[in-house]
Amino acid sequence: MKWLSDQKLDHLRRVVSEPDFSGTKYSIVKELGSGGMGSVYLAHDRELDREVAIKILRETDLTDDTKRRMLREAQIIARLEHPGIVPVHDVGEFADGRVYYTMKYVRGSRLDEYAASVTTTGDRLRKFKSVCETVAFAHAHGVVHRDLKPQNIMIGSFGEVLVLDWGIAKLLQNTATIDPEAETLKLRPPRSTEVAIGNTTDGTIIGTRHYMSPEQARGEQIDTRTDVYSLGAVLYFLLTNTAPAVTSQSSFASPRAVDPSISKAADAVCLKAMALERQHRYASAAELTTDVGHLLDAEPVSAYRENILEKTGRGIAKNRFLVLLVLAYLIMRIFFILTARD
Amino acid sequence: MDPDTDIGGPNHRFPATNESAIVRIRSGDQQTRERAFETILISYWKPAYKYIRWKWHASNEDAKDLVQGFFAVALEKNYFAVYDPAKASFQTFLRTCLDAFVSNQQKSNQRLKRGGLSEHLDLDFVSAEDELALQSTSQQLTPEDFFHREWVRSFFTIAVEILRERLSSSNRAVQLKLFEIYDLNDDESSEPVSYAKLAQQFNLDAATVNNYLASARREFRKIVLEKLAEITSTEEEFRNEARSLLGLELK
Repeated sequence: MKWLSDQKLDHLRRVVSEPDFSGTKYSIVKELGSGGMGSVYLAHDRELDREVAIKILRETDLTDDTKRRMLREAQIIARLEHPGIVPVHDVGEFADGRVYYTMKYVRGSRLDEYAASVTTTGDRLRKFKSVCETVAFAHAHGVVHRDLKPQNIMIGSFGEVLVLDWGIAKLLQNTATIDPEAETLKLRPPRSTEVAIGNTTDGTIIGTRHYMSPEQARGEQIDTRTDVYSLGAVLYFLLTNTAPAVTSQSSFASPRAVDPSISKAADAVCLKAMALERQHRYASAAELTTDVGHLLDAEPVSAYRENILEKTGRGIAKNRFLVLLVLAYLIMRIFFILTARD
Repeated sequence: MDPDTDIGGPNHRFPATNESAIVRIRSGDQQTRERAFETILISYWKPAYKYIRWKWHASNEDAKDLVQGFFAVALEKNYFAVYDPAKASFQTFLRTCLDAFVSNQQKSNQRLKRGGLSEHLDLDFVSAEDELALQSTSQQLTPEDFFHREWVRSFFTIAVEILRERLSSSNRAVQLKLFEIYDLNDDESSEPVSYAKLAQQFNLDAATVNNYLASARREFRKIVLEKLAEITSTEEEFRNEARSLLGLELK
């Protein structure tokens, strides 16, 4: 028997674990990353001569249940036709039994990387508003993402914002059903945010701790406000450059406690989205989107009641040009009155 | 069905538990137990030997005695039958047993008796020693990582040998040759050989080279998973070991 070097072992491991693309129109380029259910590869579509991202079920998870989940994930994304959601091109099965789906390959940077390079709060809030709009769209179609975090949000080369990794997304039970035979999704708009949805089939709690709502961390029923909490945590990260340090899901420092230069209104929006009790949060991602829009436009937000001084200050700040014009007029007027008297 | 493609779907899952050596080691039938023991021995003796040499700084003679003694006692007392997959992986269990065995031997300062059961264990210690000489010792590894790495090496070496046998006996010598040149080429410094060059060398077209290589790799993948199923006792353990074997960078 010939000795195998460490490099050769790594190579053989890749040979075994990499998917077998033979018989498909795709050629593997490189692995982009791996998640709970599978790995994502950059592949080349030889027929259309373009690069695609291809998500493939992990080799050792070839149970019918995981195959079904993977297929359902592809179907969920395919149904969500929105500029903020990466479109699915194709679904199939490799010769080795692994299910895959291909999607647009997005060039750009993750939101956390983007935040490191963009310093203005306005720019960050604009990107965040796009995220909220995408999530609100998904909610309107009965889908809860359940794993929103900066690492799952991409800023494309043209500044477009894309929400990725719908791998653990859930369809709200009373808004969508899956025909087990045809595996076809039938979606209708949700009636309320009180729709209960179950855990994963194996009962495990899934998501990312810092960005996970208390009810999700406790493994309780979740609804669209679970995503609102995670959006609030993403906003927290964008305002403070740090993830909320949630240790026991009981409390965390407010954004203003981390950085006193953050406005009270932005602080309040973030804290309302991240309220520990879901009934105290925004009722929907759409409501949060509205408040973020108001922050950007220097309008009053629903999460914070201003006093008269703050209202005046914001009014002045918002209409700075008009105020300066009036002031200039008044100064000139006084000047003329004084010179006429002399 | 083409045997090359017969690895997908349900066939690829953890096989019936009676195929697992870890399960068969508990059999009431002595012959079944011995065959199961042999499967475990083939997979683990070499990592065990290297581990004793590396962690316990044993001389090659002492390491030989300890490995033979360990597996002989394990067979005699049926140590492996008490393994509980709910507590740890079999690999961890075996390493823990090995540590306890070596530690006890050192404490009691006993010289293991040669002969007896250990004579039945025909192990190629010379090759293990040669491999140790080839290995880099500069890496900072924990004992667990070292044992795991050597287990992976032993595992893949066995799988490659089985692949050689299977492809040779099924008139697929060209597939084997292509796999050896493309995937087992030892010359790390040389440029990776292209499919076009292989096609020229074997008087084939590039598509055939691609298909032949894919076929050999599929067979190799099948062997790896079959062998892994042999030395795991539950579907969960099989999955965990597969992740550990295939899904992580070797340290």
